[in-house]
Amino acid sequence: KEKLNKPKKKSFPPSRQKSTRHGCKRDICLVQPKDESAAKGEESPNRHYANNKIKTTKYTLLSFLPKNLFEQFHRFANVYFVFIALLNFVPVVNAFQPELALAPVVFILSVTAIKDLWEDYRRHRSDKEINHMDCLVYSRAERRYVEIYWKELRVGDFVRLRCNEILPADVLLLSSSDPDRLCHIETATLDGETNLKQRQVVRSFYDLDCDFNPLKYTSVIECEKPNNDLNRFRGYIIHRNGRRDALYKDNLLLRGCTIRNTEEAVGIVIYAGHETKAMLNNNGPRYKRSKLERQMNVDVFWCVIILLIMCLFTAVGHGLWMFQYGDKRPVFDVLSPEGTDLSPIMSAIYLFLTMIIVFQVLIPISLFVSIEIVKICQVYFIHNDLELYEEETDSHLQCRALNITEDLGQMQYIFSDKTGTLTENKMVFRRCTVAGVEYSHDANARRLAMYQEVDSEEEECVSHGGTLPRRDSVTSHTSARVVLRSQSTKSHRRTGSRAEAKRASILSKHTAFSSPMEKDITPDPQLLDKVNECSSKMDFMRFHSQSLSTLSSDLCDIIDFFVALTICNTVVVSSPNQPRQKVRMRFELKSPVKTIEDFIKRFTPSRLTSSNNSSSSSLNRSNNRGCSSLISSPSADSTLTKLDEEKTAPDLQHDFTPVPPCFDPAKSWRLEEGELRYEAESPDEAALVYAARAYKCSLVGRLPDQVTVELPHLGKLSFELLHTLGFDSTRKRMSVVVRHPLTDQITVYTKGADSVIMDIIRPPDTGKRQKKIICRTQNYLNQYAADGLRTLCIAKKVLSKEEYACWLQRHLQAETAIQGREELLFESALRLETNLHLLGATGIEDRLQDGVPETIASLRKAGLQIWVLTGDKQETAVNIAYACKLLDPRRIHSPLSLNQEACALLLDESLHYIQAKFLCSSSDQAAKMYLTNNINNMAAADLYPSLPVHRLGLVIDGRTLAYALDRSLEDKFLAVARSCRSVLCCRSTPLQKSMVVKLVRNKLKVMTLAIGDGANDVSMIQVADVGVGISGQEGMQAVMASDFALPRFSYLQKLLLVHGHWCYSRLANMILYFFYKNAMFVALIFWYQFYCGFSGSAMIDQWYLIFFNLMFSAFPQLITGTLDKDVSAETLQHLPQLYRSGQNSEEYKPYMFWMNMIDAFYQSLVCFFIPYFAYADSGVDLFTWGTPITTIALFTILLHLGVETKTWTWMNWLSICFSVALFFTVALCYNASCPTCYSPSNPYWTIQRLLQDPLFYFLCIITPCSALLPRYFYRACQGTLFPSAVQVGRQLDKLPPETRRNILSLSRVTTGSPLSLQPHFLSTNKPLPKDNEGTNNISQTYKKEDAGKDKDTSKDMYSFVNSEGDTLPYTKDLPRGELNISCKTPEALNTSPEVSHGLSPSLVTSPPLLSPTDSVVLPPEHGPPCVRYKRSSEEGIQGQDRTEHKIQVAL
Amino acid sequence: MMASGYNAKDEDGHIAVAGLGGGALRSRKPENTAFKQQRLPAWQPVLTAGSVLPAFFIIGLVFIPIGIGLYVTSSNIREFEIDYTGVDVSSPCFNCSQNFNWNSTKPCTCSIPFYLDQSYESNVFMYYGLSNFYQNHRRYVKSRDDSQLNGDPTELTKPSKECEPYAFHEHKPIAPCGAIANSMFNDSLELFYIDPNGTKVPVPLSSTGIAWWTDKHVKFRNPGGNPNLTAAFQGTVKPVNWRRPVYELDSDPENNGFINEDFIVWMRTAALPTFRKLYRVIQKRNGLMPTLPRGNYSLDVHYNYPVRSFEGRKRVILSSISWMGGKNPFLGIAYVSVGSVCFFLGVVLLFIHHKYGNRSSSADMSH
Repeated sequence: KEKLNKPKKKSFPPSRQKSTRHGCKRDICLVQPKDESAAKGEESPNRHYANNKIKTTKYTLLSFLPKNLFEQFHRFANVYFVFIALLNFVPVVNAFQPELALAPVVFILSVTAIKDLWEDYRRHRSDKEINHMDCLVYSRAERRYVEIYWKELRVGDFVRLRCNEILPADVLLLSSSDPDRLCHIETATLDGETNLKQRQVVRSFYDLDCDFNPLKYTSVIECEKPNNDLNRFRGYIIHRNGRRDALYKDNLLLRGCTIRNTEEAVGIVIYAGHETKAMLNNNGPRYKRSKLERQMNVDVFWCVIILLIMCLFTAVGHGLWMFQYGDKRPVFDVLSPEGTDLSPIMSAIYLFLTMIIVFQVLIPISLFVSIEIVKICQVYFIHNDLELYEEETDSHLQCRALNITEDLGQMQYIFSDKTGTLTENKMVFRRCTVAGVEYSHDANARRLAMYQEVDSEEEECVSHGGTLPRRDSVTSHTSARVVLRSQSTKSHRRTGSRAEAKRASILSKHTAFSSPMEKDITPDPQLLDKVNECSSKMDFMRFHSQSLSTLSSDLCDIIDFFVALTICNTVVVSSPNQPRQKVRMRFELKSPVKTIEDFIKRFTPSRLTSSNNSSSSSLNRSNNRGCSSLISSPSADSTLTKLDEEKTAPDLQHDFTPVPPCFDPAKSWRLEEGELRYEAESPDEAALVYAARAYKCSLVGRLPDQVTVELPHLGKLSFELLHTLGFDSTRKRMSVVVRHPLTDQITVYTKGADSVIMDIIRPPDTGKRQKKIICRTQNYLNQYAADGLRTLCIAKKVLSKEEYACWLQRHLQAETAIQGREELLFESALRLETNLHLLGATGIEDRLQDGVPETIASLRKAGLQIWVLTGDKQETAVNIAYACKLLDPRRIHSPLSLNQEACALLLDESLHYIQAKFLCSSSDQAAKMYLTNNINNMAAADLYPSLPVHRLGLVIDGRTLAYALDRSLEDKFLAVARSCRSVLCCRSTPLQKSMVVKLVRNKLKVMTLAIGDGANDVSMIQVADVGVGISGQEGMQAVMASDFALPRFSYLQKLLLVHGHWCYSRLANMILYFFYKNAMFVALIFWYQFYCGFSGSAMIDQWYLIFFNLMFSAFPQLITGTLDKDVSAETLQHLPQLYRSGQNSEEYKPYMFWMNMIDAFYQSLVCFFIPYFAYADSGVDLFTWGTPITTIALFTILLHLGVETKTWTWMNWLSICFSVALFFTVALCYNASCPTCYSPSNPYWTIQRLLQDPLFYFLCIITPCSALLPRYFYRACQGTLFPSAVQVGRQLDKLPPETRRNILSLSRVTTGSPLSLQPHFLSTNKPLPKDNEGTNNISQTYKKEDAGKDKDTSKDMYSFVNSEGDTLPYTKDLPRGELNISCKTPEALNTSPEVSHGLSPSLVTSPPLLSPTDSVVLPPEHGPPCVRYKRSSEEGIQGQDRTEHKIQVAL
Repeated sequence: MMASGYNAKDEDGHIAVAGLGGGALRSRKPENTAFKQQRLPAWQPVLTAGSVLPAFFIIGLVFIPIGIGLYVTSSNIREFEIDYTGVDVSSPCFNCSQNFNWNSTKPCTCSIPFYLDQSYESNVFMYYGLSNFYQNHRRYVKSRDDSQLNGDPTELTKPSKECEPYAFHEHKPIAPCGAIANSMFNDSLELFYIDPNGTKVPVPLSSTGIAWWTDKHVKFRNPGGNPNLTAAFQGTVKPVNWRRPVYELDSDPENNGFINEDFIVWMRTAALPTFRKLYRVIQKRNGLMPTLPRGNYSLDVHYNYPVRSFEGRKRVILSSISWMGGKNPFLGIAYVSVGSVCFFLGVVLLFIHHKYGNRSSSADMSH
């Protein structure tokens, strides 16, 4: 009965199907505890819910055949081939034996079916494995927990979970062995986040002091329907007495997570099986159609046209042939079976259908299957690339989309996120400013520099050490890691470099965001002194019961600043000795403020006086310290004794593991430092906590209601945590509300982006000092941003009790609301976060990932346009862009605007500005410009030396972008953007990111790749042609949405330049070959029609005809399509220019299809007419003549493949030999098997006789040779006279390895022509293709939204800036015609393609090569290029310097 | 190899499985094998003028001698052809050719004199040739029943439907059925040597050994083990166009019925509309005498086969054969010309290589 309810297809989100499910009223699901008796009586209230058995298979034994066939017939080609096969059953038109004609279709269908079956079987096996895992479930009958399989688990079961167990279903946490009623889970398998997350026991069960007894549980749970939102869970638990308690996502343990740090937990199953959030998030693989395939489909269409033309031609020919005999019916024109005479016209019509059957091979039936096989193999090889594997995280590249591998070789635009993609997303505290004073942390900067040195040194060591030692070290490292992993079953995160990772893996135990680089912060001595001074003063004051307000506000700010850094976060503390064992620092149990009454009760004086806790009352020194407690103060004797008392105090019923009392604070500190580990959700938080710890202000414990901080001199302070207002991207800040233990004030600490915090700072009229602080802080913030640091502002606010009570009331309302809870909480947070007092600001460095500048440089050399879209502020983004050589600091153009008109104006001006720059540089300044380029030797600038305009960078702000993306301006924006070398969009929202990608993709008709790591990149990743996710530290959303997931950005280089190129060229060549092969084979029969009265007769036996494509000629092309390498990986990576062949689709251009067709027709002519003349007027019979033709065609087709194969491995040889052997074996067996069968050919003993005939062998030698002569000759000439860049790369490969390495490593690539001569911006004149109606709506709505926002926020933050625009000369109204001319002005000197086409090699190689060197000149993209390795040196300098080879690439 | 690398689990995003114990401990590091890293040792030919030069010259140098050899062989074959269709009024067979009817009752004979100016020394093969006869027409080729021809008794009386509309005649099964058999060539040809003194000496023509051995002994069999063919073919009728039933094709029981070699040869449908079929072999009698000496001959034709309706031609060809079959100079010429073209292209490539390609050779780069 369960089967009926089970989602049948994985691809449909099951939630959609469940709307009809009983038991789910509206949006609510009721979950009741499972009652044994009720279950027997079939009346269990939970019976309607899915059980925990998962089934991800598509088919059952019975449903496999119909379902699979049904799915396969969704592909048009299959329907077509079945149609043709069925046509054979019509006697009038049949061409082959009907059963035989079915064979290829059946074969193809069954290959696909077997593949599906195998995949399904694997799923079935893994399902079974999972379904048969054990878990402990409470059995009412036995009154204890019994072990059952996962699949037997039902909704409403009570599950007991132990440490390190995997959750079998979505479970509501009811009890935990943890004294804080917490349960820690690791969600890495769900979202990739490796930090521990705390889950809380449902509040009603919070106070349960004894073990949870399932028998006593009587409540009913009402919760929302199963959905796939991992971060949302809402519901109520309704107790028998009618009380309702709200349930939050904090109460839910999700399937697939692992229990950590918790001895035991008990929960009730809420969602099981396919209704769990983990399973609902489980989308199948993604299917996209690649550009190549789109192109291929056009050519398949052309094939259909050719087929129809051929059929029509034959049909007409047959009609005429019939017509010429008139009434004199010749004997060979057989009557129809009924004995009736067919009119020529009817006969022609029948023949048309027959010919479609005969020529069906022209539409390559096996092409689709072959492409799929080749792509799977390509994915396999990409998966297995060692260079795309990252040792540290044990992760390799994942291809999530299986069928767009070749798109990787055709990318033109890359849209990249910044944080986490270009950068490590590993935050290192760099500097801070407190109360307007800047602390530069110079020592820290020096330390960071040192890390980088160490990295590079070690890497050098490795690279010089040869391969063997390296491999050794790698393996030993691996084994070490395996041990470590088995201990903690926890993979550590990606770390800075290989060397660093080794250190990290040994020293630290794989905690998120805790590489030594992040942890060991060298404090600024000045600030450290101040902190010490401050805390000792406070300590003093505390002793002498002085009010803390007497402390100077500077010092006060400092201590508050660090306290805020320490507590305003969600960092969890764990101890490394026992991995993931939470450090407990609990002295007092306090439930958080839940109700107003509670609040009133707790904050009334009566409660204060009758403080319930003996320890706290004894510790209370100041009058109103209330509920918070001050614990150990090691410097003071009295507190020490108190501490001892406390330790032994019997009333502390909760397990209490205090730091061992230690008299030497320094020693204690050192111990602490080594032991505590912080688990943070975001790297910024961890960085700040580690930074604070460097100032001995360390977080030692965090509980849901309490944070314990250790301060110098003051010892451990416990802050009562009243509320945490979590971070969200709209507010861009988070706040905590705590009760300060020293002052007992209710304090709000807020941390957030400077732009938002600065807006909600208390108006500066309160004091001159504050004004100054704000002003200075703003200065420093700008400075930090300019240094590429991420800035955060820290602020605080002290609330009076009344204010707090007032706010709390509304906040509680918001919290308990079930409708619109998020919005209410958001508003509530906004109410609280006002009138803040600015404490200071921090600058955190986000280091660039290894190899990012190099990767960007080489991708750019490969002709890729790189745009960076980031949410960061402009200064930060720009500086990162400098650092990764994306922007040239001297050439930035950053238009900012406030409204639509201004934006339009700006874009116009930008355009003029660019045109002007282009003009002035293309005039007499050209030489100078060129010289500048050379001197600076800008890595990327030399891509377009002839068009210096391309070196401009465009920086655009999110707000301006909003206008620019408007439909009326987008063309202009694109025109500006295209003419800039790089574009940086900062402060852009996720929506804008995707809109930019969509705009570029749709308008420019280019292939786009989006790469990002965070949830904010998901939309952009989904929009782009290829989405790449970085499986980094920010969770898995990006990876889940992506087509490819990379461990780091730099792998993009190999993925695109090598694998992309290979995949593309392999597949393109294979597809072309397929078309050729089929056309060539079919044309043989077509020519024959002229000699058989257009009767549709075929001289090739039907068996050969049908199996030729499927068997005899199938394997070699698959091998070549999988393994062929046109250029070696090394050369591809060193000469990124070779990538352009893919961008320009050079391997598969439309004309190539036709060239291949023409070649196919030529070859078939040769293969037909040589046997024709050789056997003319002889006694040869039909199939004795046809068999040599088949053989010859096979040889020709295989040799053709041989000419096109660039890399011959033993597998190629084997496959070709196998093909030939297979053909002869099949032919020999077939021809010997049955003397009377296989009508009409009846080929008995044909091949045997042929093999005795010398003529056969002479034919087999001469025909393939003469058929392939033109192609072979053309290839040879092309290789010498006008090789493509790829061919030059191949020639480089042929050089001795040593020479090649020298050339490649020292290649100073001087470059030539740009991709297209026409400057891009001229395209504004042409109407851009407009087909994207969809974007219109979005941009419109967006504009409105933004316009609304604009009014209140824009004020003075952004001004109309056009920094460089007016300083540089430009002419405003330039006739466009001149621009065209200016392209051809001689500024390009030696590098302009027109000149280099000019046939004189000396010109091409002329750029200043003063030293006697060898040079390799790659040809320009278009036109007749010349390639030669020019040796200007003569014999004399031969041995001079081996390293002086230079490669000069004129592209 | 697809199986190991292509992880269906990953693909399906089995979140729940990923964290399971056993698999997680194993490193996912790809193996460093030459195959997986795509580093298989390989030969990477680069097609440039320089590198393909030798191939062209070798092809040229090999093909030209072969071609000359083939040409010489072919030209040594002697072949004599007589068209006896009788299109021309002056032709002796003109009268006979006016008959367009298959079943004309009155036999028509004509005699064609000819002169052989060279003697044939070895065995001579006598062919009849037809032009414009589309034996390769799709429906024609199919119109036969191989099982019947193989002597299958059930098929004898129930010809397969492929034979339609030549399977039954007046509700009796036709043996042999089908259009091919129905249109069998039925001219009979006799050759006479005319002595210098004017007497006509018949040239002995051997009618056996003209079909494929396998056809005669495996594919074609008379029905039943019955030596009496008349009884074996009881209940069947002759094809409509035939004058005699199939069991009266020859007096020799080893050459009668379905295993009549003229019939077998006819049943092997020709590939092209102009074809010849072996009719008789003139065996060399002894070592001294030429098989067909120089002199006057006469070809006596029993003209039955109408070809004028489709503009067909009938020929008789006397030919000797060599190891490579009949006379056909084409292959020799093809080899010579392809060889020459290759040689010429080789020279062109040499020029290109010399002019443009010499600097790109690896030898130059290596220092």
